[in-house]
Amino acid sequence: MYAFNYHRPKSTDEAAKLVAEAEDGKLIAGGMTLLPSMKLRLAAPSDIVDLAAVEGLRGITVSGKTVTIGAMTRHVDVQTSAEVKKAIPALAALAGGIGDPSVRNRGTIGGSVANADPAADYPAAVLGLNATVETTKRKIAADDFFTGLFETALEPGEIIKAIHFPVPDAAAYEKFPQPASGFAMVGAFVARFGKDVRVAITGAKDHVFRVPDMEKALAAKFSGDAIAEIKLPDDDMMSDIHCSADYRAHLVTVMAKRAAAKAAG
Amino acid sequence: MDSFGEKFGVGQPVRRKEDQRLLKGGGKYTDDVNVPGQAHLAFVRAGVAHARIKGIDASAALEAPGVLAVYSGKDLETDGVGTVMTDAALKNLAGEIMFRTHRLALPTDKVRYAGEPVAVVVAETAYQARDAAEMVLVDYDELPPIVTAAQALAKDAAAIHDEQPDNICLHWENSTSDAYDAAAKTAHKIVSIKLINNRVIPVPMEPKCCLADMDTKSGRMTVYAPFQGGRRVQGALSEMLFGGDGTKVRHVSDNTGGGFGTRSKIYPEIIAIAYAAKKLGRAVKWSGDRSETMVSDLHGRDQVNEAEIALDPNGKILGYKIINYVNIGAWVTENGARLPVDGGGRIVGGVYDIPVLYYSCKAVMTNTVPTDTYRGAGRPEANYLIDRLVEKAAHVMGIDSRELRRRNYITKFPYKTQMGLTIDIGDFPKCQDEACKAIGWDGFGARRKESEKRGKLRGIGLTSFIEGAGGRPEETMRLRFEKDGTLSVICGTFSHGQGHATVYSQILHDKLGIPFDDVNLIQGDTDTAPEGAAGTFGSRSSQMGGMAIIRAADIIIDKGKKIAGHLLQAPPTEVEFTEGQFKARAGSVSVTEIAKAAHDPAKLPEGMPPGLDETYLYKRASRDDMNFPNGCHACEVEVDPDTGGITIVDFAAADDCGVVLNPLIVHGQVHGGVAQGIGQALTEYLVYDEETGQLLTGTFMDYGMPRAEHFPDMKAVFVPTPSTNNELGVKGAGEAGCCGAPTALVHAVLDALRPLGVAEIDMPLTPNRVWHTIQSARVKGAA
Repeated sequence: MYAFNYHRPKSTDEAAKLVAEAEDGKLIAGGMTLLPSMKLRLAAPSDIVDLAAVEGLRGITVSGKTVTIGAMTRHVDVQTSAEVKKAIPALAALAGGIGDPSVRNRGTIGGSVANADPAADYPAAVLGLNATVETTKRKIAADDFFTGLFETALEPGEIIKAIHFPVPDAAAYEKFPQPASGFAMVGAFVARFGKDVRVAITGAKDHVFRVPDMEKALAAKFSGDAIAEIKLPDDDMMSDIHCSADYRAHLVTVMAKRAAAKAAG
Repeated sequence: MDSFGEKFGVGQPVRRKEDQRLLKGGGKYTDDVNVPGQAHLAFVRAGVAHARIKGIDASAALEAPGVLAVYSGKDLETDGVGTVMTDAALKNLAGEIMFRTHRLALPTDKVRYAGEPVAVVVAETAYQARDAAEMVLVDYDELPPIVTAAQALAKDAAAIHDEQPDNICLHWENSTSDAYDAAAKTAHKIVSIKLINNRVIPVPMEPKCCLADMDTKSGRMTVYAPFQGGRRVQGALSEMLFGGDGTKVRHVSDNTGGGFGTRSKIYPEIIAIAYAAKKLGRAVKWSGDRSETMVSDLHGRDQVNEAEIALDPNGKILGYKIINYVNIGAWVTENGARLPVDGGGRIVGGVYDIPVLYYSCKAVMTNTVPTDTYRGAGRPEANYLIDRLVEKAAHVMGIDSRELRRRNYITKFPYKTQMGLTIDIGDFPKCQDEACKAIGWDGFGARRKESEKRGKLRGIGLTSFIEGAGGRPEETMRLRFEKDGTLSVICGTFSHGQGHATVYSQILHDKLGIPFDDVNLIQGDTDTAPEGAAGTFGSRSSQMGGMAIIRAADIIIDKGKKIAGHLLQAPPTEVEFTEGQFKARAGSVSVTEIAKAAHDPAKLPEGMPPGLDETYLYKRASRDDMNFPNGCHACEVEVDPDTGGITIVDFAAADDCGVVLNPLIVHGQVHGGVAQGIGQALTEYLVYDEETGQLLTGTFMDYGMPRAEHFPDMKAVFVPTPSTNNELGVKGAGEAGCCGAPTALVHAVLDALRPLGVAEIDMPLTPNRVWHTIQSARVKGAA
């Protein structure tokens, strides 16, 4: 780790200002990606702006058909929330499968979504559930939010305040973990809202994406078998020492099929 | 005291007396040690795998805040610091001695692996040292990196060491191949195999760390470092820095968080830190982080085996031929080349009767971290190879693999192997029976059907294995009676997880009747360790240390009888010693009372020197006079054909560790060894980039450690045949798990995949590899 300046603002405005004024400022939420990167000297921000003391960023509320989760809400809070378990059990289960207890006790939903790691779990839920990302400046639809490898629609100084998840009629998340890190080699989130179905895949490409062919097939028949034969091309799949592109493409089908079967109950 | 021996004696499942302290954070590890005024050191490590060093520019680093000094190999050379060379001197058939390197802690000519230390920076704080280390500019003339044995042996390969252009450290053969070739000609069947025994990173829980505290007044240095036997540190550093004066160096390690063989070698880091401390006249500390430890700790395994067995029509092995390529990395370390032929690997025939052997082993140098002893140290590799062949032969010949093993087990003892070892005793068929019983082999068919219903492939596999344990043939222990009535075991064996405090106490409780809680363990300090105390490696402590304790206690009893006789007014021949009491006629006196009396000249027989303390140097007849732990492990798995994922659903270990001193501890040893073996076979995928020579799996994000979730409740049973080479009857126990588990798992997975047409697979069985293997078999099957 290199030396850096540490700030602990009380408001998002102050936080945005501090980042803007810093030479190379970074927001920190749970720090589960940023801190290890800094320790390995792979990241060297001049200033760290900690959102821990900013009021109004934590907590879970359910109103009508929407679950709202504050950006600084930890994974363990989502995992164990009775309200989330009741409204969107698949979301609570997903949160409970992130990393290990240490990570879940520190890591936050806002941090995960803003970081947009291609193998993170939460982006699959945000896209699969057609969530809305509420920031200090606007509301961004999930379909517009994730734009690339560790890239999002967030502008400089824009801070996530909360994420609004519509409550689906049925949903499930299935992932196949990378053997060393436990991150998703492929994760599939399937959700049904009435006749509409959304399928979001994480871990496979440079960022989370939907699979329209699977969504159509599932809208016609909501069962695992309906998509068992839908294969994706592997030319834009990621390839690394743990998982070749063709294996990833294959896992997309397997994980989506299993998620659909689970959601269909 | 408990009713004698029932609770705390040998063979009882006594809970480890060290655990309370260690589990409550009471352990004192090297990083916990700090001395006033210590400076901090950081290493400049090679960012490239293979290059000539054209120059090192430390000017910016020397200007950086807090920096005290920057040293490179040139400084070490100027100050006459010695080099490290192995004492192995193996020869090829022509009688030529192996190539040996003289390693200076920091190289002056070339860097030979990515991560090799090139220079050190010493500063007032650890961060200052680390920041300045990044400012040291090393000018490299890059050479093509070589990471595999095959690359190293290629015709146009660059030389790792200019003096040895073919990169071969040793080409060892046990004989010519004539005898094997003749046996093969008469064979009914030849079964051959090509296997990769994958390289692994040892990963002890405690990262590498060292503090060298230089006392300028006395000229004496105390070195704190996690280590399995401090005499080696003391010996090496005194040779290299103090003109061979051993009194100038003290090594201390109160606790060491895992050894596995990798903490038994002199590392360049320790030498460089000690050099800096001596040069600066100041304490110097370095705490390596995890990734730094992963690129600098000696790695394990890394062999490519091409082998075959010749069989008669009944499946009896007529001969065994092995061509072994061992990747020993960039430097010839103490045991890198020795392991496969002169170390643990000498048990190449395994548990099988091999009448004829041809064994050729090439130890090859590459631009990778050097390999050396790692839990099992040559034995897992050897057992894996022969048992994979026997398993394959069973399928080729259509004989049940259990039956084929039976037909080939060594059953007459003592048995002299083709590698010159004499296996004294064992009961291999019984181990197999017990393992099969424990896993429920006979009910497997029904379980497989049940798995099939869920779309899963179920497989079962077993393996039989043997080790040679004992290591160096000498060890000294000292027993000292303390004024408070307790007894201290003062030793050079070093418990870094084995539970010596508990087991030595049990032995002494049995032998001398000292209450279990009244036995102290004093270890981990060369100032207290007796002369001739070597350390803990090669599964030797209960055998060597335990026997030295027994012999020392025998002398104490003998002397005690004389003193007791004197006190009880009986001739010593009439004195009996049982349950801690010397008894004669109507009187009795306890061993602790005798210990006290021994310091009072008035109470001693005339002419008897005072004191009851005893030091004993236990020697085995020779290095070859080993004990032979063995066993049979069985594994049951479920493979998900859609994902390539493997679930271990059951594991049974039937181990012959000889007499079990403490079943609780030995079960722990088995569990840990199995977990480590499963790690190699299932998750520990180490990758060197063949283009750049960089280690791609240098963090836990990419290097997969086995986790609790990978294991079912393990069944561990003992099939003891007491060793005949020591009076305790013990055999090594710590390394067995690693020798059996990988093969058992691979055989179970092959059993699961065989219906798909899969006949071979290499470790580690990552989902990626398993899925691709299934795909290839399906493509082949369809063609």
